[in-house]
Amino acid sequence: MNNIRAVAGIVIKELYRRKDFYVLFILTILICLVMASVHIFNDAKIVRYLKEICLLLVWISSLVIAITTTARQIPGERENRTLFPLLAKPLTRTELLLGKFLGCWLACGLALLCFYTFFGLLAASREHHWPVINYLQAGGLHWLMLGVVIAATLLGSLVFAAPSSNATIAFVVVTGILLLGRHLNKVAVSLPEPRRSILYSLYYAIPHLELFDVRDLIIHDWPPIAWGVCGVVTLYAMAYATFFLIAACLVFRRRALN
Amino acid sequence: MVFCFGLAAGLDTWFQGWQGSRTSSADVLSVILGDGRRMFAQHFFLKADAYFHSGYYPTAFDNREAFQTPHMAADAGAVGEHNQGDETGFLGKPRDWIDKLSRRFYPAVHTHLDEGGAPGHAAELKDLGEGSEVREILPWLRLSVDLDPERVETYTVTAYWLRRRMGRVDEAETFLRDGLRANPNSYEILYELGRVCDENRHDPLRARNLWEAALSQWQKQQGDKPDADRFLFVEIISHLATLEKRQGDYEPALAHMELWKKYSPNPREVEKGIEELRQECRGAPGSGAATNGSPTRSGKTETHHRPEEAPQPSGNAGLPHVAAPETGALR
Repeated sequence: MNNIRAVAGIVIKELYRRKDFYVLFILTILICLVMASVHIFNDAKIVRYLKEICLLLVWISSLVIAITTTARQIPGERENRTLFPLLAKPLTRTELLLGKFLGCWLACGLALLCFYTFFGLLAASREHHWPVINYLQAGGLHWLMLGVVIAATLLGSLVFAAPSSNATIAFVVVTGILLLGRHLNKVAVSLPEPRRSILYSLYYAIPHLELFDVRDLIIHDWPPIAWGVCGVVTLYAMAYATFFLIAACLVFRRRALN
Repeated sequence: MVFCFGLAAGLDTWFQGWQGSRTSSADVLSVILGDGRRMFAQHFFLKADAYFHSGYYPTAFDNREAFQTPHMAADAGAVGEHNQGDETGFLGKPRDWIDKLSRRFYPAVHTHLDEGGAPGHAAELKDLGEGSEVREILPWLRLSVDLDPERVETYTVTAYWLRRRMGRVDEAETFLRDGLRANPNSYEILYELGRVCDENRHDPLRARNLWEAALSQWQKQQGDKPDADRFLFVEIISHLATLEKRQGDYEPALAHMELWKKYSPNPREVEKGIEELRQECRGAPGSGAATNGSPTRSGKTETHHRPEEAPQPSGNAGLPHVAAPETGALR
């Protein structure tokens, strides 16, 4: 466990030493402040459009940070020739992989904390109230989703040739699931066999990342989600993340390092 | 080489004078998007309706029968409603456990912002309030208008919610006048301006002028069409009738109500109103029934063409031709 924590710590330090997070965070702040300065029919209380823009930027930024940070972990170690020295230490491949996953996930968690704090302040400046439980749920679910994405990207980094191709494929797949995942069953119903079965199989196989996207509930001030339901999706996320990590460990064990 | 140079010079001169050139517009969005901005304008108009429903809105994969006419537009009286089906249940029953679970993570209940929206629903509609949360639709309507200033419906819907639910009459009138500048012959905007004058400014003379101008424009644009916009015609004529009745001008009121009855979806109700008005006419001495040169209009005599004296209807719609008033100066 100490080895895993040590590797994770390095990944976290890498996040705040690189410019990615700061650029995205400052860009988000600037865009949101510009949007907030717009006067719409002299009404200073309009806030939902601002929340939607801010949350969209938070989601895009977090996915960029998660995927780009994770995609370059193992290939980066290989290119810098630090992989062999690392594995020469009493550190197994599985521990290395788990350390990378934990580091990326915690780093994304810290980034999300900053983003959601800014979002909360922005919304509170107009709404003058702070639905803390709602924001905690939204942030928590978002973080769980990123855990699944990071695990899948880590697997991809061992399967695909280059970090760029891994990142591109990860972005396309994640975006596709977020936009269309909920609707695959509706499309499947209207198709003839065997396409219906194929689509339904795909529908059940993919991790439904859109479950964790509760932006509409936050934007439109819906009440918090029942904690039992949050528990169910937490287990759902952990199951998929575990699956991807096990697959990554199996691939990494068999992969030649050179 | 010489030919290419000459061709380029000739085409450039022609392009500078071409009406479809985007460079003739100073608007950044027009230059970047061109006519594609109209598609985005429609998208943001629907986004405003999605906000009106606190996020509960059908996607392209759902049954949209109950949302063919945006509800915020139908509630504003800007357009006739063509919705069918159950607006509360377009999602249907959950198809599987994932579908059932996912409905806890996005808005899955029908609400309207002017009836409390999501928190109102959560509180079991205990406190409906005045629905000032409806302000949240304004940014998307504003954006829709910026992208397509010729989309008249956006002006009328926005103005309705501004003045009726938010009490921002000045902003509503200014917005409508901006719309009228972009669409000078729009009977919809003229009608809505008339409502502002009548319901908010309490200026019946200006309201009448605006509605008569709206009627005149409607006749010019819709009078000959088989699928004319009867909804707005009935709205304009009914408001005129009500105004004339309120002002004590019974003859024009009756004439308008006869037209209203002819094209109203509830002719019996209108017939009742006509009967009541006739009794008032008989009952009230010197009832102030309008003759030509009515003193009630503006303090000075003006002639007003009554609808029954107007020429016979043209076109195959059988809809009446209402002559434009001689005076109807819009301020």
